[in-house]
Amino acid sequence: MKFVLNGAPTEVAVHPAARLIDVLREDLGLTGTKEGCGEGECGACTVLVDGEPVCSCIIPVAQVAGTEVTTIEGLGGDHPLQHHFMNEVGAQCGICTPGMIMAALSLGPAPTLDEVKIALAGNLCRCTGYSAIYRAIMKWKGMPEVVA
Amino acid sequence: RGRVRSIRFDFDTTGFTIVDYRDVPAVNAADLIEKDQPFLVEQEVRHMAEPIVLLAHEDREKILAANVVIEYDEEEPLFDPEKADTVFKEIDILKGDVAAGLAGADIIVEGTYRTGHQEHVYIEPNAVIAVPEGDGGVAIYGSVQCPFYVIKALRCLLGSAHPNVRVIQTETGGGFGGKEEYPSMIAGHAVLLTLKSGRPVKLIYDRVEDMIATTKRHPSIVRHRTGVMRDGRIVAMDIDVLMDGGAYVTLSPVVLSRGCIHAAGPYRCDNVRIFGRTVLTNTPPNGAFRGFGAPQTEFAVEVHMERIAEALGMGPVELRRKNALQPGDTTATGQTMREDCSALMVLDEAVERTDFTRKREEFRGTNRAIGLSLFYHGAGFTGSGELHLKSRARLDVTRTGVRIAVGSTEIGQGTRTMHAQIVSDALGVPYELVEVMQPDTSLVADSGPTVASRTCMVVGKILEECALEMKEKLAGTTPAEYYAHYGEMSVERMYTPPDWIKWDDSSYRGDAYATYGWGCDVVELELDRDTYEARPVKLTAVQEFGRPIHPALARGQIEGGTAQGLGYALLERVVMRGGAMANAQLTNYTIATTLDMPELDVVMMENPYPGGPFGAKGLGELPMDGPAPAVVNALRHLGLDVREIPATPELISACVTAA
Repeated sequence: MKFVLNGAPTEVAVHPAARLIDVLREDLGLTGTKEGCGEGECGACTVLVDGEPVCSCIIPVAQVAGTEVTTIEGLGGDHPLQHHFMNEVGAQCGICTPGMIMAALSLGPAPTLDEVKIALAGNLCRCTGYSAIYRAIMKWKGMPEVVA
Repeated sequence: RGRVRSIRFDFDTTGFTIVDYRDVPAVNAADLIEKDQPFLVEQEVRHMAEPIVLLAHEDREKILAANVVIEYDEEEPLFDPEKADTVFKEIDILKGDVAAGLAGADIIVEGTYRTGHQEHVYIEPNAVIAVPEGDGGVAIYGSVQCPFYVIKALRCLLGSAHPNVRVIQTETGGGFGGKEEYPSMIAGHAVLLTLKSGRPVKLIYDRVEDMIATTKRHPSIVRHRTGVMRDGRIVAMDIDVLMDGGAYVTLSPVVLSRGCIHAAGPYRCDNVRIFGRTVLTNTPPNGAFRGFGAPQTEFAVEVHMERIAEALGMGPVELRRKNALQPGDTTATGQTMREDCSALMVLDEAVERTDFTRKREEFRGTNRAIGLSLFYHGAGFTGSGELHLKSRARLDVTRTGVRIAVGSTEIGQGTRTMHAQIVSDALGVPYELVEVMQPDTSLVADSGPTVASRTCMVVGKILEECALEMKEKLAGTTPAEYYAHYGEMSVERMYTPPDWIKWDDSSYRGDAYATYGWGCDVVELELDRDTYEARPVKLTAVQEFGRPIHPALARGQIEGGTAQGLGYALLERVVMRGGAMANAQLTNYTIATTLDMPELDVVMMENPYPGGPFGAKGLGELPMDGPAPAVVNALRHLGLDVREIPATPELISACVTAA
């Protein structure tokens, strides 16, 4: 199985029906992607496939052959959005955070609050009530603070 | 419910490690309040998710394919707490003369209020890894709230043959009470498999297992009978609290205790009786969940207050203002409120900020409504709890600065940041020089469990005292200079509760909590008359908790707790079928998403508590108490007689039909 992972050509010898999340975490050692439900409901396992956010717990690795996969590790640990999440306390326990950030990356340049909510509607957070996450994203986008 | 008749392994067991109760070295019971819950069933099965046999294999697919056939002699299970005959704990709180108070009242208002189970839905399920160490020792790495609870349970399980066991808390993906007692169970399971196989064992619940097997918030039935004068004064409160404990005791007695103590709400009344019971039913045990019994009983009393106001033809604000606790008033347990009582302050701020009274009139006759709740939450362990707990904290001088060594866990609420701030300020060293140890039961001081809104107020206070003592010992040198000259130095101190706290465990009289946080939530919502979906539009949360140590973290506690409270009010329905959760998936047990959350307006008010670090009180649980009654009181503003949560469209539809 060949694909581009965080910018680097990657080849793994795994069963084509293996879940992408297991291949990322167990075969490739990238544990930044989290599993919360295993059925595509919570979004904690969100990664980008060719720039689109997908739940890596419900797609077989065969589906990403020939694509570009980006995980939270691909941001390098110093991405501006990661800093805004820290500064606004958009992460409490942190388990949803990698998925939240990957989902937020799909937003356009000047999103409205409604657009942010829709983009994150598939990502559950049990700690924050989401408000601090909106604050982090709006700051990252250079948008004025919103009441939410 | 029944007894195990036979166990058969319908697969090739080669390469498997198989453990049952006969592999328990010492006592087969998870040591908590009682030792009644077995790690592994011997014969008696009390609920659908009881662990009986453990299988381990290095290939996950082999485990998933293994088929274990268990035959039972079945007995009739009991699911209705009102029909239960085994009482885990009974509490009777008496103040004044309720019969005389009721006899002298102008009117009497009665009502029954019900709350359902609630599942924690920490996004990371329960998980532990056990690793064998030398000398027959085992290290347990886990997603846990209370590592010292786990070690206590393991010592009971393993006995003196395995003294070298330690528990290390790893980054924990949410807790909310759901990783308070259950981790002891799975840590025991992982350790038994490790001891038998001699190999590391990883035990991670998937979401379905976690939702079916682990604890939930206790369902409750609360009955109120209240005597009121025409001018709105409450003269007698007779309250009956019933909590469904599930199949084992776990923490039910203390959940009931906190629930009962908060059952009369933040109101003064001379004649009160609160009678509470928690009983055995054949479902998985219910347990700790943020708020710990208070969200249930405060829901009941706040909806009941609304009904009293309706019966008197009085506004909800006026009734609450007349009866709200003020400094000098006494609670149901006879505790005299001090200057840090802020019920009126939060009520007035919330009413003014939301333009409540005008909106109440303006929305009448529309599909929009507004409702409020007034609530309070005792911080720290109940009564003499903190005295018995004898929590300890330690501060070490290191080569570069100082190190905090406590068992209190970071589970997202900001323990590490806030403790380091307290030490930094009290000691007068830069925040960057304060490190916080990963909780490891073999290395840190036992600062008590990370529960009960006590991590800042109680453990933070011990750390403040450690820092002040260390500051004297450093005598003007920096920690690094001290270390270079004299080497290691540690300060360890034990918590001393305020000396004025008097509490009688047998009569339930006295100072139930050293202090309370206070809150008033106002909810505006819209009802969709086609789908009967109630959609919160705006929630204003006004909360007083002493002083925020870290305002951004504190705001996050309020916003997050409010979201859980809104889910509890409207969305989160655990469907029990045959004693097991039937909707044990995030597909059909729904928590609030971004699209379910209203605009949140958070107001943090200050009224310092002298016994807390820099005036701080506990905060973690307070925000959970307010949203559900505020939502239901808004639904009542629409003319719907709702007395139960979750107020799903089905329930609201029934109320519309009844209206």
